[in-house]
Amino acid sequence: MSKILENLRYSDSHEWVSLDGEVATVGITDYAQHALGNIVYVDVPEVGDEVTAGEEFGAVESVKAASDLISPVSGEVIEINEDLVDAPELLNQDAYANWIMKVRVNDPGEVGELMDAKEYASICEG
Amino acid sequence: MKYYDKLIFELSRPGRKGYSLPKNRFDRNALAALPAGLKRGEAAELPEVSELDVVRHYTNLSSKNFGVDTGFYPLGSCTMKYNPKIDEEVAAHPGFLTLHPLQYSGSVQGALELYYNLQKMLSELAGLEEFTLNPYAGAHGELTGLMVMKAYHQRRGDLKRTKVIVPNSAHGTNPASAMVAGLQVVEVKSKPNGSIDVEDLKPLLDDTVAGIMMTNPNTLGMFETEILEIARLVHEAGGLLYYDGANLNPLLGKVRPGDMGFDIMHINLHKTFATPHGGGGPGSGPVGVREGLESLLPNPKVVKREDGSFELVCEEGAFGNVSSFLGNYAVMMKAYAYILSLGKENIRLVGPMATLNANYIKENLKDDYLLPIQGVCKHEFVFDGLKDKSTGVTTLNVAKRLLDYGFHAPTIYFPLLFHESMMIEPTETESKETLDEFIEVMHKVAHEARETPELVLDAPVTTLVRKLDETTAAKNPILTYRALLAQQDGND
Repeated sequence: MSKILENLRYSDSHEWVSLDGEVATVGITDYAQHALGNIVYVDVPEVGDEVTAGEEFGAVESVKAASDLISPVSGEVIEINEDLVDAPELLNQDAYANWIMKVRVNDPGEVGELMDAKEYASICEG
Repeated sequence: MKYYDKLIFELSRPGRKGYSLPKNRFDRNALAALPAGLKRGEAAELPEVSELDVVRHYTNLSSKNFGVDTGFYPLGSCTMKYNPKIDEEVAAHPGFLTLHPLQYSGSVQGALELYYNLQKMLSELAGLEEFTLNPYAGAHGELTGLMVMKAYHQRRGDLKRTKVIVPNSAHGTNPASAMVAGLQVVEVKSKPNGSIDVEDLKPLLDDTVAGIMMTNPNTLGMFETEILEIARLVHEAGGLLYYDGANLNPLLGKVRPGDMGFDIMHINLHKTFATPHGGGGPGSGPVGVREGLESLLPNPKVVKREDGSFELVCEEGAFGNVSSFLGNYAVMMKAYAYILSLGKENIRLVGPMATLNANYIKENLKDDYLLPIQGVCKHEFVFDGLKDKSTGVTTLNVAKRLLDYGFHAPTIYFPLLFHESMMIEPTETESKETLDEFIEVMHKVAHEARETPELVLDAPVTTLVRKLDETTAAKNPILTYRALLAQQDGND
């Protein structure tokens, strides 16, 4: 059973978001890292890039498959997790502690439309 | 020599050689006349070995190869059927072997006739008007076909058609080829059985769509039953249909892509037409088009004159050449021999037999392996790993355990629609005894996963190298002898 944290919001493409004021922190879920298997590469955006909800902002590659990262929010990338560039396996160790990007969101209300932990748990079971 | 694992460079000893050249009788040698810019600064680092070293090295390595000639090879999507030896004999015919591509047409009539006839045979089998045999392999065929699609719209002056629709269950080469062709990929969702969701397709069809790429049966081995409706919708929107011929085998002699409404397609001669591939030989990806698109095919072309002679011509085509000369000609000779040796009647049995074999394995294994799509499949099918997920044994572990039992692993973790995909394609050339043996071993592995999972988790144990560290291999691959030496130095 994969770990799902109560205080986060989730997308159906298995990204998580935590919102602090107008800054959203984005990563992939424990379910996603488990389904992907050993992650060997993470393609992250650059600081200053504009990301759009529902659109690709990077990719993760594991020994099994490559998968696009879909942004759950729209806004400007203000920080990326540089540690993942050299150590992508951190996502396998703890997908929630190791976030991928921070975004200054255009509309904080957008985050509220994402799934809560309970709804997300139901799609992981399905 | 059971555990032989040397590199030829490791055998090298300074000064050792396997040749003896006569003394140079000339004062000057040609090297002196070469401009400095064309000379290498230092001698090439070639292995210095004796003739016996070379013979023993490569003979030992060859014995480690696994191919269709050594065992069952159920690698889904790859159609690893037996490559009849008569095809090799034909391809090795001295009359063909010594030809030069720049010989004038009059001296290579037989070679041109073979190209022309094979092109005609493929047209008949595919229900299309004309084929070019020039592309080197499947993905090259896709690129060529998409360039034809693009040229078709451009010739009509319709410049806004820049999108290609690709199902999310497609072979990875489809979106990749579309990108290389300078087209934009739009994904269409598939239904749970892997077929295209027609309702999801409809809103995507506007006047910016150049066409759609599909394979039928789809990557789950299921026939797209709504293909005629899909073809109607795409054509109505002004787009063309591209058929990825990777899954043509089950349809051979039964259903023709042209009759399903496809306008352009490629055929993998190295899959459907039994020529060696993978490590065994180069591919060939002929591209066929429906009537009206022939003039867009690449150069050069082989044409038949009124007097019955053949000529190699370059016409004012849409985009010139896609290969040097006529592509991988030796592969064409093998495919030609394959078609002729089967004959018009027997070739109709290929698809049904491939389909029967796949369904036989599927039905016999679905008690132990999770079959996400029920029903009759075509030439291949996909399991979503073991049925019992509690053992911790993954699809990768099962694949590795099969090596211990002397089988090649199936395709794993494709298609991406499931987490534990295991794609099995037996082809029509395997006997019932071989299929039964495979079924028995698959049951045995499932049993081991329940009773003694460590046996499966530690597999393989009987191979030259045991379980590989895939993460390190992906992150820090050592691809050259020099890199290996550097790593060994670092460890000392």
